[in-house]
Amino acid sequence: MKNETEVKALKTVPREKAFYFFTSIGNYTGESASSLKEFMEKINEVNVKSLEFHLYRGDFEKWAIEVLEDKKLADEISKLRGLNYYGYALKEQLYNVVARHYKELVSSI
Amino acid sequence: MKILEMLQEDARQTYTTIGKRLGIAHSTVYDRIKRMENYGIIKKYTALIDAEKAGAKSITAIMTIITDPKESEKVAEKLCKIPQVTEVYTSLSEELQIIAKVTAESQESLHEFIATTVAPLQGVLRIRTSIVTKKFKETQPLITNDPKKLTPTENQNRR
Repeated sequence: MKNETEVKALKTVPREKAFYFFTSIGNYTGESASSLKEFMEKINEVNVKSLEFHLYRGDFEKWAIEVLEDKKLADEISKLRGLNYYGYALKEQLYNVVARHYKELVSSI
Repeated sequence: MKILEMLQEDARQTYTTIGKRLGIAHSTVYDRIKRMENYGIIKKYTALIDAEKAGAKSITAIMTIITDPKESEKVAEKLCKIPQVTEVYTSLSEELQIIAKVTAESQESLHEFIATTVAPLQGVLRIRTSIVTKKFKETQPLITNDPKKLTPTENQNRR
């Protein structure tokens, strides 16, 4: 049976609720994600500086909780934040965390 | 033009003061000012506030917004409706850009505003933002046309 929370986490959100990737305060890269799947794909595409900027501000967790309503994903990203990864290592680890979570959600429905 | 210069210097000067400084009658000053108001040359009288001294904690930033050319007018119009955005211009360099001035309480609220209000606008491709750290000059450009030469037709063309 489909878990309501898991289904919500896989939804596509309207553009005003999408995640917009910035590299610093007010500097928008032009990349955005309207779903968890798209977010996962964008991790590999955006400048790693954008990932560093958002991870250490807590923006990913905030979006996971407030928009995707996925606390488990937020917790997993929070743990990653504590490991202080930067650069390509951060990109790889973040992708792994999100991709693993995405696969779990998809396989559970 | 001299009257405009003087009003831009201090809009609270009386017609008599302006008249004395320019060597014309205060009634002439009155007539010319009313004429410029009627033509929309003088749009309004306002106060130039030093926000810092007034105790307002705010920051100013200049956003350069790269847009899809088909959507740029709409983006500019939407920005004009947002109170935090105080000036909006379009500019053509390598790409079509909108340049907009924005005020916010803090860097965090500035970022929040751009991320939740500006970036999601249809047609916004990228945004570069520069936060103003120090203001060296802020004045209005002086008008060089002689309002005495204006006719109603010219006024209509201006609109």
